[in-house]
Amino acid sequence: MSTTTTDAPNRKREVIEEAVIRFCGDSGDGMQITGNQFTNTVALHGNDLATFPDYPAEIRAPAGTLPGVSGYQVHFSSRDVYTPGDSVDALIAMNPAALKVNLPDLKPNGILIANVDSFTETDLRKAQMTSNPLGDHSLDGYRVFPVELNRLTRAALKDLGMDAKSTDRCKNFFALGMCYWLYNRSMDATTRWIEDKFKKKPILAQANHLALQAGYSYCEATEAFQTSYEIPAAKLAPGVYRNISGNTALALGFVAASKKAGIPLFLGSYPITPASEILQELSAYKNFGVITFQAEDEIAAITSAIGAAYAGSLALTTTSGPGMALKTEALGLAVMVELPLVVCNIQRGGPSTGLPTKTEQADLLQALFGRNSEAPIPVLAPASPGDCFWIAIEACRIALKHMLPVIVLSDGYLANGSEPWRIPELSELPEIPVRFETNPEGFHPYKRDPETLARAWAVPGSPGLEHRVGGLEKQDVTGNVNYEPLNHEHMVRLRAEKVESIVNDIPAAVPEGDSSGELLIVSWGSTHGPIAAAVKAQRAKGRTIGHLHLRYLNPLPKNVAEVLKRYKSVLIPEMNMGQLSLWLRAKFLVDAHQLNKIQGKPFKQSEIEQKIEELLG
Amino acid sequence: MTTATLPVYTKKDFQTDQEVRWCPGCGDYAILSAVQTVFAEVGIPREKFVVVSGIGCSSRFPYYTNTYGFHSIHGRAPAVATGIKLARPDLEVWVATGDGDSLSIGGNHTIHMLRRNVGIKVLMFNNRIYGLTKGQYSPTSELGKVTKTTPYGTADRPFNPISLAIGSEATFVARSVDVFQQHMKETLKKAVAHRGSAYIEVLQNCNIFNDGAWDDLRDKDARAEHAVLLEHGKPLIYGKNRDKGIRLNGFGLEVVQLGNGITEQDLLVHDEKHPRPAYAFMLAHMELRPGFPTPIGVLRAWDDVPRYEDVVAAQIQEVQAKKGKGDLAKLLRSGDTWEVKK
Repeated sequence: MSTTTTDAPNRKREVIEEAVIRFCGDSGDGMQITGNQFTNTVALHGNDLATFPDYPAEIRAPAGTLPGVSGYQVHFSSRDVYTPGDSVDALIAMNPAALKVNLPDLKPNGILIANVDSFTETDLRKAQMTSNPLGDHSLDGYRVFPVELNRLTRAALKDLGMDAKSTDRCKNFFALGMCYWLYNRSMDATTRWIEDKFKKKPILAQANHLALQAGYSYCEATEAFQTSYEIPAAKLAPGVYRNISGNTALALGFVAASKKAGIPLFLGSYPITPASEILQELSAYKNFGVITFQAEDEIAAITSAIGAAYAGSLALTTTSGPGMALKTEALGLAVMVELPLVVCNIQRGGPSTGLPTKTEQADLLQALFGRNSEAPIPVLAPASPGDCFWIAIEACRIALKHMLPVIVLSDGYLANGSEPWRIPELSELPEIPVRFETNPEGFHPYKRDPETLARAWAVPGSPGLEHRVGGLEKQDVTGNVNYEPLNHEHMVRLRAEKVESIVNDIPAAVPEGDSSGELLIVSWGSTHGPIAAAVKAQRAKGRTIGHLHLRYLNPLPKNVAEVLKRYKSVLIPEMNMGQLSLWLRAKFLVDAHQLNKIQGKPFKQSEIEQKIEELLG
Repeated sequence: MTTATLPVYTKKDFQTDQEVRWCPGCGDYAILSAVQTVFAEVGIPREKFVVVSGIGCSSRFPYYTNTYGFHSIHGRAPAVATGIKLARPDLEVWVATGDGDSLSIGGNHTIHMLRRNVGIKVLMFNNRIYGLTKGQYSPTSELGKVTKTTPYGTADRPFNPISLAIGSEATFVARSVDVFQQHMKETLKKAVAHRGSAYIEVLQNCNIFNDGAWDDLRDKDARAEHAVLLEHGKPLIYGKNRDKGIRLNGFGLEVVQLGNGITEQDLLVHDEKHPRPAYAFMLAHMELRPGFPTPIGVLRAWDDVPRYEDVVAAQIQEVQAKKGKGDLAKLLRSGDTWEVKK
């Protein structure tokens, strides 16, 4: 850690490796925008980063109360970042409720910037606090910077002639300006964003500019702020980068798949947290010929997509857990009619309505088994926000190659979290060949390719290929409705075999870390980050640990059984009660240890390390 | 240069090799016959037809028409059909459904399809019962009807399908009767000519589980007294002796006996092209009142509303014209980017 002196005496600029900053306040305080802006700026500077936005479920709980607290955490570094950070270096708290909820995660001697103007009697009462922490010494273990955000923002904006409520709304940008000073970041990206966002309302553009600059200048001028920090750019692989969230990455992946396949994309969807953004984004890509259909309900969403698939589109439906439940019957229909369809479940806390804005990964068994009768469906899961792009393409490739529905399991944390993503060249995208049947000679609707087991795709409008599909059991080859006992068993086995055959062109499982040793951690979905970080730290202490992160849950890669045997024990951390555990246990008779956290929050690196130490002594 | 000529189709071209599995005497045979004949006569290439169904006896329809077909799940045919039509607006998409499939589990999809005015033609076979599952009541069964699940009589009032369709802003609403072959064919052809959504209720007799439900209207003699045949531009007259008519009285309708000073001039003239649905709605409600006839024919055929799929397609074209066709490389690089050099 090196220090250099800046202009003012006693001013220090420390170069550090990483920092975790969390913005928190009332839902109306603009914490998501602030966090987003800060993230964008540090990304452009070249830091590796991971974010964790934490929203309340209601649109607006009563102002100043505990349920209304909204937060945004970003961990940025000059090295690889795997998690948003177990604990926080700098906490920016806009009101007492936000402080109360988030203080437990602030490191000892951490920086706390608190908005003094929001610590009134009323605000303290709403936060169920009996005394003011800014005066009662309870915060002595931290470096506290009480700031009159409301007053200072109003002062900075006084010449604009805006009312108090409107100027107060800009205080988040005052706080943002302060943070830019604190971490030596350029305000250019935010300035550009303000100009674009408020181009129709110049007064607001000016107000936010002024607030931003005032915050920066405030730190510059105030003696209280002695130290600022510099986190140099990380050594990322060469290429062009952008910051990307999981939902955006999925949307881009689907557009890319549509382009590679050469067929139009059709999305049937219904707004649901945390998946709505995918529908919103894809609805803006009409110049790519994307048809987005906001259906009347979840069932119309999937059934319209199935109709579009019958008509020759790349069909997609997106939802969360409760919507997945509604789509169950239609998923069975998709299995029976053997048409390509991609179904995205952005998992959230359940059961039932559950915790709409909190993350969880408890829909795996639903994805694997949740239909009546034997209706196997391939299941894929992205590991990070950027990986969502590649999983989207892969899901489309599999659906189109084998003519069946495919489920993608993402989660709220990946959907809203973001990380720097290396933008691929178009040449890096896989080929997705699509062939429509046009020759009536020898055509039968259920005659299939011997290797992929896919039936031919004959779309309406093709002369001589008129045929009927439907949910009743079909005779193989002819596709006629058929209830004969042996045919049924044959078809059930065939549909299962079709899913299994996918294993032939998916990569083998390769654990990160040690290829054999004391412990293998097996994981899926968004737990990749904290586990990777924990494994790295524990291996540095001399332990032999492998980390097998599965992106294909069904079918599993061919060599999983063999990999499992190379380690003395197996640990499966999951944000559920043990679903991958149950699946692997059933498949491989592996007596895996479990670490289950079902709190609506991602794992902390420390929680994984603690479990490793518990298992290995 | 020769232009491709449409093959001359016959009814046989629209028949499949599948053994028809409806009960002998089922009204569905008549409907199937009419549809196969009409499909052959309307000048549309056979490969453009798609018949989508849900679940029910009605929904076996696609297996018996030699076109593209989709026997989907209970109630969901309008949604599947909407997806097909959005993806391929050029296709001639029909839905075969029943009173349970369309108005019970499928109620939501029915009203939204009609509201959107998707260019889909719905054939709803109304037999006032659940036939396939062997005799439970349906949303169109009469109040008090005794069925397998209502041994003491139903407790709920039925839907009037025509009213529901009109209430959903449907732009083409019609009713025909399974044995009324000529009328059915004419009605179907009018539906084909209509560009927007069409909802056609066909009164169908289930001779096994609800025989006689529509006798008043199926029997040629009884029909004269119990039904008024709608013809655009003609007055509403009915009766064996054409001696009864429908007249507007204040905000409601009344049945009048012609003669004694009341002539055809006093009667309502049927206007199927009225832009507002109130008149059609009044007509639809007639049959619920004692002493009133049931309207048979096209109640509404107002085609001045854009089709949903055309609005969607136009939007895409507009955006493509303005922004140019999508550039994937540019899309991936949208937003703030930075470069990490070697």
